[in-house]
Amino acid sequence: MSNSLWTDALHRLKKNKLALLGASFLILELMIFFLIPVLARLGYEAQDLELTFAAPSPVHWFGTDSLGRDLFSRVIFGGRISLTVGLLASLVSALVGVVYGSLSGFLGGKIDNSMMRIVDVLYALPFIFLVIILMVYFGRNFILLFVALGLTQWLTMARIVRGQVLSLRHKEFIEAANSLGLRQRDIVLKHLIPNTLGPVIVYLTLTVPSVILEEAFLSYLGLGIQAPLASWGTLIKEGVDVMDLAPWTLFFPAFFLSATLFSLNFLGDGLRDALDPKGARD
Amino acid sequence: MGSTYVLKRLAIMVPIFFLVVTLVFFMIRFAPGGPFSSEKSVSPAILKNLEAKYHMDEPLLSQYVRYWKDLFRGDLGPSFKHANRSVNEIIEEALPISLELGLLSLTWAVLIGVSAGGLAALKPNTVYDYVPMAFSILGICLPTFVVGPVLVLVFGLWLQWLPVAGWETWQDRVLPSLTLGFAYAAYISRLTRGGLIEIRGQEFIRTARAKGLTEKEILIKHSLRGGLLPVVSYLGPALAGIITGALVTETIFNIPGLGRFFIESAVNRDYTVVMGTSLLYFTLIFVCNFLVDIVYAVLDPRVKYV
Amino acid sequence: MKTVFLTVYFLTLFQSFLFASTQILNLGNGTEPRDLDPHTVTGIPEFQIIQNLFEGLVGKDPKTLEPTPGVAESWKISKDGKIYTFKLRKNAKWSNGEPITASDFIYSWKRLLDPLTASEYAYQGYYIKGGKDFNQGKLKDPNQLGIKSADPYTLAVTLENPTPYFLSLLYHHSLYPVHRATVEKHGMRWTRPENMVSNGPFSLKKWQMNQLISVEKNPNYWDAGTVKLEKVNFYAVEKAETEEKMFLTKKLQVTSTVPTEKISPWTKDTSGVLKRHPYLGTYYYWINVNRPPLNNPLIRKALALAIDREKLVKYVVKGGQAPAEGFTPPGTGGFKPESRLPKDSSRVPEAKKLLAQAGFPEGKGLQPIEILYNTSESHKKIAEAIQQMWSENLGVQATLYNQEWKVFLDTQHSKNYMVSRAGWIADYNDPNTFLDMLTTGNGNNHAGWSNKMYDSLIEKAAKELNSKKRYEIFQKAEDILLEELPVIPLYVYTRIYLLSPDVQGWFENVEDIHPLKYVWMK
Repeated sequence: MSNSLWTDALHRLKKNKLALLGASFLILELMIFFLIPVLARLGYEAQDLELTFAAPSPVHWFGTDSLGRDLFSRVIFGGRISLTVGLLASLVSALVGVVYGSLSGFLGGKIDNSMMRIVDVLYALPFIFLVIILMVYFGRNFILLFVALGLTQWLTMARIVRGQVLSLRHKEFIEAANSLGLRQRDIVLKHLIPNTLGPVIVYLTLTVPSVILEEAFLSYLGLGIQAPLASWGTLIKEGVDVMDLAPWTLFFPAFFLSATLFSLNFLGDGLRDALDPKGARD
Repeated sequence: MGSTYVLKRLAIMVPIFFLVVTLVFFMIRFAPGGPFSSEKSVSPAILKNLEAKYHMDEPLLSQYVRYWKDLFRGDLGPSFKHANRSVNEIIEEALPISLELGLLSLTWAVLIGVSAGGLAALKPNTVYDYVPMAFSILGICLPTFVVGPVLVLVFGLWLQWLPVAGWETWQDRVLPSLTLGFAYAAYISRLTRGGLIEIRGQEFIRTARAKGLTEKEILIKHSLRGGLLPVVSYLGPALAGIITGALVTETIFNIPGLGRFFIESAVNRDYTVVMGTSLLYFTLIFVCNFLVDIVYAVLDPRVKYV
Repeated sequence: MKTVFLTVYFLTLFQSFLFASTQILNLGNGTEPRDLDPHTVTGIPEFQIIQNLFEGLVGKDPKTLEPTPGVAESWKISKDGKIYTFKLRKNAKWSNGEPITASDFIYSWKRLLDPLTASEYAYQGYYIKGGKDFNQGKLKDPNQLGIKSADPYTLAVTLENPTPYFLSLLYHHSLYPVHRATVEKHGMRWTRPENMVSNGPFSLKKWQMNQLISVEKNPNYWDAGTVKLEKVNFYAVEKAETEEKMFLTKKLQVTSTVPTEKISPWTKDTSGVLKRHPYLGTYYYWINVNRPPLNNPLIRKALALAIDREKLVKYVVKGGQAPAEGFTPPGTGGFKPESRLPKDSSRVPEAKKLLAQAGFPEGKGLQPIEILYNTSESHKKIAEAIQQMWSENLGVQATLYNQEWKVFLDTQHSKNYMVSRAGWIADYNDPNTFLDMLTTGNGNNHAGWSNKMYDSLIEKAAKELNSKKRYEIFQKAEDILLEELPVIPLYVYTRIYLLSPDVQGWFENVEDIHPLKYVWMK
């Protein structure tokens, strides 16, 4: 893809205020969460049994929870966990989706048809039920969690990538490359995949919030991240129970979760519009 | 047109059905923890009798075949946990409740969503646009299990206008369906707004304007049909979302719907109930998507079925 | 809009007013009951309902918990304490009008002990002569069981051993009668509202799963004159927070519990709504004594001493519970175990010393101890607090893991754990219900602990009639328990729940038994 398409896209993106707001919040958040652990100096595990449910104060910026743990630290660590799970699961879904979609689009014909048939079939499955069953029965380990969550999301990615690959196959520069005698493998690696990168990134950005929300959903049912780790979902669950007693235990994790979801959604939308302004909505 | 499409869609259902039944059946059987653990210990002789009662002493494969045989007769089997109920009876009690919750939520979602989105489209970039859109952002980013308890706190405990839990009187229906519908109302309002604005920019609308019709008339008579297409295509995923979202809503509001039975039976290893509810959910979602496809095809004559 | 809301508001007010003016009681009952068959259920939610649908030979005084005449109007006990002769009242009837006779009890107890019934409480029938053998298949003919009737209104029960608490035992649901014709006709479906025949003050009217079970006054009950309530609704509400909200909005008049975090604010409430009293149950940790390094009693003791149980109950459990002194809760059957686990500041240095003696000074070299608990916020918090205490006081690391209830139980049964959380509620009001569990080979002895001296003490207590002597024997048993520590007792359960002041005839007691035939609404 030519340089000008990327610069055009970036230009369009800059005009989208919501997307910019989202992007800046995310960058700020990521910096706080991953690069400055020293801020959470009080530790997310340290209990102070005599200071449970303390309101926000200069010592505890976000207050404390039911075991006297510093909420600020817990929100930060929770954020790291939620974002990590979100990212890892999305990568899983992207990996599976890209491989599947490119293969299907590239091989074309009957194989493509049946592969896409399978995708249609799987679309109808309410994956979350299978995830629940998996989590209940095979124990809640971290790896199983994000692999299972990732597998609920790969279908859309596969469709998008396949669509891209199909349309690219017939473009002129591919035919040129073909006539030059380039190997199939090189065509795939050097031309097809880089050009599908755009949509993949867009949908990656849109998958992360879905996964984070699903993990929070599982946590509310008691099936998500396990103690001693705590994701935002876990924190929100604890906060909802004591909402009238200590509202800050609900407010802060919920605020961060929502703001992150907001940012990711609008950034993703913005990216999608920027790369393909005439594209159909949703 | 009609029949081949329908047949093709139904044909897809068969392998999925098979897949779901097999997957769930074996996943549950191979998982650790059997259905008869309990606090006061059971002597091996007693345990054996329990297992014999439920045919669990037979080899796995014959249990599997037996299950399919019963399935064809429409018999989903006895519940392992609730001795005096069959799965069919449990579903009979719980399904109407979940359906009612789902339909009510969808109704709220469409009503609120389309009106808000329509209003915003009518007067873009004014306060009538910003306020609904701000709410819609909240709806998309706040999970149901935050919205629900907050609504309960405000309307149930503080104002005492509505009940906090249960599913007996008509008032019990309000908060749960609002909670569940809120997120989808948000999406729908944005889709409506977007779809309508796009349509309005098109040729035939300009013609109508030139003819002297008012904005409102244009909106209702011409824009709505085309503009609502994205909303209709969203209904499929929305219904699926509502059905899964009901799991949490039913938990928050203590509603005896199918979702709670699903979770409870999974945790209790009530094998037959898990199978029955999973199959039911899958069928429901398939039917909903199917119906949505048909509605979409009716609305948009450009769509072809391959 | 405003009119709509106002109308809704007033309608709701009106509705609740309607409810309060009739004799209807709405209770929060916790988990949805598995069934209502007295011989096959095991849980408290089930018992709460069953004790009001059925009646056994004896009843219970709501204040003193002493046995009162139930279906039996009087009884005689033989000198050796082994033969009980019950005289059944002639006006006791089933809910369908048929009279209750001794043969109903004989049928029912045979059903309890029948191996085919697969009752998990069959062992409650082992007190009866031949009960254990019949249930385990060694005795084939049920007619040889120690239950005989000379005439329809006399029942003679012969026991294996003199059992001083036998009358108290008869209030347990496993020994209630069931209606033979109904059970034989409907099989497993006999407990459905349209089929059930029962003999208690109330009968089953409606059962909506995961929502509520509704019972109404039984006009055929022999003591129907005492029963003032017309209808009782048992609501199946799993979440304590939801239950509390239902209480606050007057949908429920009694809750089954109080959310942990709300206990503190409720104790400041002066209306007397919060009920809190000791309960015959112990919260404790199992220690798998066969798993190194926990097979070393010095280490077990160090771990036990390192736990600050006072802090635990005060800041983590927060329900006003008392730290456990022994394994048996004080007051069980009149027995009060002497304190054997020190609570003062000498604990920690003593613990450190023991650990060093065992070869792990400051916890160095000791592998991490795994604490298992079943999924629940409150168990998690307690485990986290104990994890912290072991780390701070001993330098011992612990890892936590939780499992679903059923998997958790399996793990315990198969002894695949190091330390596991547990709770034990008395089945009847006698120390034996706590202590016999720890004898060698008992099905509930999940620690795999075996001590011959302990076993013989428990056996001796079963045959001793003099209560003072029995207590002495039990104290000796407790002493062994707290030296060897197959269990670390943590605290004594408290019953905490909310009770509306409109409910009358409800008395707090250690067994938490409130027969609804004595309850009414103001």
